[in-house]
Amino acid sequence: MPAPYIELTHHPIDYPTLTERVRSPQAGAVLLFLGTVREFTSGRQTLRLGYEAYPQMALSKMRELAEQAAQRWPLTEVAIVHRLGLLELGEISVAIAVSAPHRDQGFEAGRWLIDTLKEVVPVWKQENWSDGTQEWVHPGTSGNGAALLVPDP
Amino acid sequence: MKLSVQLFARARDLAGTSPVEVELPDEGDVASLRRALALKFPSLAPLGPHLLVAVGQDYAGDQQRLSPGLEIACFPPVSGG
Repeated sequence: MPAPYIELTHHPIDYPTLTERVRSPQAGAVLLFLGTVREFTSGRQTLRLGYEAYPQMALSKMRELAEQAAQRWPLTEVAIVHRLGLLELGEISVAIAVSAPHRDQGFEAGRWLIDTLKEVVPVWKQENWSDGTQEWVHPGTSGNGAALLVPDP
Repeated sequence: MKLSVQLFARARDLAGTSPVEVELPDEGDVASLRRALALKFPSLAPLGPHLLVAVGQDYAGDQQRLSPGLEIACFPPVSGG
């Protein structure tokens, strides 16, 4: 597999271009995963999400994941982009495009990539709730936001 | 030795700044860094054992030795995607 395409960006993700980037005559399947900003989480309303990264390590982990995926599945190309900054409802926070000779490989690799990205890539989201409070999302920690209610300016 | 540690997300907000400086014994490891951070920044307590440490842009276990000049970061569980 050629070197994966990896990017962090503060701009909207151009997912059609990202998808074209992994298309190839060697591939019989192209998979695109988009993570998008959802309005309701457990009944609470989100106004927007803020994303922050430890950029150098996030890029290196994203690259590492793409390379690991290419060792596990015979992938043709992989491209991963994560958006940073403040995102409105419906905007795309992450895009993963994978091409492979056959669809099973593509689906499995794409699923593994987004699941593993969410576990190991140092990026964090902050909820901006409709009641004006902000809350970092840190899975497994208790009382995430209760002590950190910051009025929305 | 004096180490500079980058903090991210809620860890930075609780400490109020990033990077922060901590003083460790010369043979200090990641476990001693955790203790030094907790002493210097009691406000990090809610994150306590959940904090992750990265050295040289990779996750580090408690036994990993530290030295000045290494890139060190400390942050809560990730939530990208």
